[in-house]
Amino acid sequence: MIANGLYEFIHGIALWIMQVLAWPINNLFHWYNFGAWLVSAGVVGFITTLLVALVVFIVGFLVSITFIWEERKILGRLMDRRGTQVGALGLFQNFADGLKTFIKEHIVPDEVDKQLFNLAPVLLIAMSVLMMCLIPIGPNFYMADLNAGLLLVFAIFSLAPFAILMAGWASNNKYTVMGGMRAAAQLIAYEVPILLSVASVVVVVGSFNFLTIVSFQQDNIWLVIPLFLGALVFFISVIAEVERIPFDLPEAEAELVEGWMTEYGGFRWGLIMLSEYVRGFAASGVLVLLFLGGWAGPAFIWPEIWFLIKMFLVFALFIWVRGALMRVTTKQILGLGWTKLMPLALINLGIAIALKMGGWL
Amino acid sequence: MERIGLAPGGKTGEVLAQDIAQRFPQGVAVAKSTNNRLYAKVDRSVLVSLCTYMRDALDFEHVTCVGGVDWLEQGKMQVVYHITSYANKVTAELVVDLPRDKPEVDSITFLWGGANWHERETWDMFGIVFVGHPKLERLLNPAGTEVFPFRKDFVTGRRV
Amino acid sequence: MAEMWLNMGPQHPMTHGLWNLRVKVDGETMVEAEPVIGYLHRGWEKLTENRKFPQIIPMADRLCYGASMSWSHLYCLTMEDAMEVEVPERAKWIRTIVLEAQRIGSHLMWLAALGTDLGSYTVFLYPVRERELFLDLMQNLCGARMTYNYPRIGGVRNDVPANFERDFTRVLNHFEKRLSDYEALCDQSTVFRMRMEGVGLLSAEKAKNLGVTGPNLRGSGVDYDVRRDDPYEMYDQIDWKVCVEKSCDAYARYRVKMDEMRESCNIIRQCIKQMKPGAIRVKPPRTLAKGKTGWAHVEDPRGEGFMYVIGNGDERPYRLKVRSPIFVTVSAAPEMLVGYKIADVPAIMGSVDMCLGETDR
Repeated sequence: MIANGLYEFIHGIALWIMQVLAWPINNLFHWYNFGAWLVSAGVVGFITTLLVALVVFIVGFLVSITFIWEERKILGRLMDRRGTQVGALGLFQNFADGLKTFIKEHIVPDEVDKQLFNLAPVLLIAMSVLMMCLIPIGPNFYMADLNAGLLLVFAIFSLAPFAILMAGWASNNKYTVMGGMRAAAQLIAYEVPILLSVASVVVVVGSFNFLTIVSFQQDNIWLVIPLFLGALVFFISVIAEVERIPFDLPEAEAELVEGWMTEYGGFRWGLIMLSEYVRGFAASGVLVLLFLGGWAGPAFIWPEIWFLIKMFLVFALFIWVRGALMRVTTKQILGLGWTKLMPLALINLGIAIALKMGGWL
Repeated sequence: MERIGLAPGGKTGEVLAQDIAQRFPQGVAVAKSTNNRLYAKVDRSVLVSLCTYMRDALDFEHVTCVGGVDWLEQGKMQVVYHITSYANKVTAELVVDLPRDKPEVDSITFLWGGANWHERETWDMFGIVFVGHPKLERLLNPAGTEVFPFRKDFVTGRRV
Repeated sequence: MAEMWLNMGPQHPMTHGLWNLRVKVDGETMVEAEPVIGYLHRGWEKLTENRKFPQIIPMADRLCYGASMSWSHLYCLTMEDAMEVEVPERAKWIRTIVLEAQRIGSHLMWLAALGTDLGSYTVFLYPVRERELFLDLMQNLCGARMTYNYPRIGGVRNDVPANFERDFTRVLNHFEKRLSDYEALCDQSTVFRMRMEGVGLLSAEKAKNLGVTGPNLRGSGVDYDVRRDDPYEMYDQIDWKVCVEKSCDAYARYRVKMDEMRESCNIIRQCIKQMKPGAIRVKPPRTLAKGKTGWAHVEDPRGEGFMYVIGNGDERPYRLKVRSPIFVTVSAAPEMLVGYKIADVPAIMGSVDMCLGETDR
């Protein structure tokens, strides 16, 4: 684990906790070996890792919940209504909804394939939460700093079609099967423009590491300006990946009730919905990191706060698009992905290569 | 009354009534005709030929309604057709009497698809059989209903 | 994927009312379609045989609760034809105004439903907001928001309230600006046009033969409107035009209804100017001779509505037959659906403006 500010901070706390635990063990029970083991570097390191994971998870979770709040408020105002009102500014609504889904009855239809049915939402939320730990929120606030971080995030993003197909098929229902297949087709089709626009960023920066990409942008220029086409293609494709309107056909209420998640009720549904918003968090996070300079900003606010502000702005754009547009049909979605976005992404890649070779970046 | 939007060559109800009376001296009795209305009593044997003539020669393109009436004491049933001509802006009312113990009449669905569900509903409610109808099945009542609810001897308020 | 029969309904978020659309699909393409109705059948026509003539007016309201003034007015016209009653002129002006206001309200509800079908809740909430204004106007006039019980055989129930002209003019001015907004929201949205253009084609010949009427017929290029071609009330004394579109698809039907809303504003304005004081009601006879018949047809917001009454010699009808425009249009639905994808079903059926109350009676 590469040391960073957060790690150091938590390390200090973990060491203190272990010393407090070791004191009675040393002085009351006189198990000196055990006490020494408790404060050894390996154990403290392990406890620190767990605590860092917990902190990152809680922060990511709370930010996702706040995204849900932001969506409901802004969407409401676009539709000439107020959005949620429970609690101060409506912030408690999501906790109330979470509690409601938690205490609902667990309904599992008889004919489903029980193992896959139970596994699919777990897989979905696990993948989404896994992405949280790969996305750094600030130069000192991340869980893992991998040299192939960007690649890993997109690999995990692309595991979603598996879980969706599993869910759709295991529910033993004509509609969900169709919804699952549509979803898989859509997600796989939109992987290509995303990866092409990401490739253009990698060509310019020369690394898959998020920290390197952000420091490149801090030193030179925010990549949204030279690679504007790529940012645009990424923005549209990621809306399709996260299955929001205008690309939410797999979940199309007016036709297939809830699409591939029809048979999931109560807590499982809550988990699936949460995973959608966590993927939205990951998507806007990656967009900010790759194109909008990450946490670059004037130094009078912490970089972490800059990052969050930019993420909220990007998500507000997602919401605006949702409020104004209508759902697009499968044929048109796939047509858009393959015939319009992919050529644009290729052009963008060409621009990136030209810029790099010409020495301007 | 001047009829706005009437195409040149559009005929009034009186002209159409004369045309029909001339062509079908037996079997059709025109009761009344005005500028834009035509009321006739039609014998069931000439119904299909009359309707074919109306559709092909007199430009009656649209069936507004086909409905049934049950005259219990008089021992007959009636089917009332209302057919509209867009070109002439005339609506014709044709009344066909049928014996109540064997209410059968030829279907006009093959002439106008718009009569399809009207005839099916009339069978569903009265039991009048439209010979040649593509799908004479229950429409508004649940499948498997054995009675004809709009007949006058069907008493409501009693368990079926 | 093999061909299978799919049930869209009777419980379904899309279906406007309670009906079942059985489609046979080959993959995503529809090969056959069969609408199944009758879930809302109340035996209306038989119920009327046991009610006095004035008691049937509130029942007629409930035939199509989305455009209830149109149906109770149609019933009154039918009875006036049978009893040969001449309605005073002021009542005819008031009826015309109220019918056109009802047409606007019904079309706004249609637009809202179309929005939900296509996935845009913004397009749902905006027309509903404007419809509230028209419902308020109706409430000032007759005390009810939905089922009005306002026309009477021989006139209308009460005269207009104070400030009637002022309120109507204010609402119409505000509404016409908003209508331009809705047209911008939909017409200028590429997604909307992609979904509505070229689907649900119904040629003029087929439309005429299958008995389709109203905006659905005029969207296929046939120039026929009962208000102009067989005038009732004051339509022949007002300068207005019939809205016809030639492209025969769902987009044409949408455009016809939007244009009709504008024409209705125009009609109401002229009526308000030309209205003169006078009596609003005459007393009709109580009974209708046995065997005496009468009928009337009107341009309901959904098509040609028609009623046929036979007297019984006393205060009740012997037979009252209702022709509902949507009853026939739904029977023509397979013609519009076959050959398109399932994802097009909401767009096509949404453009047709179904109301189950009048279909099933």
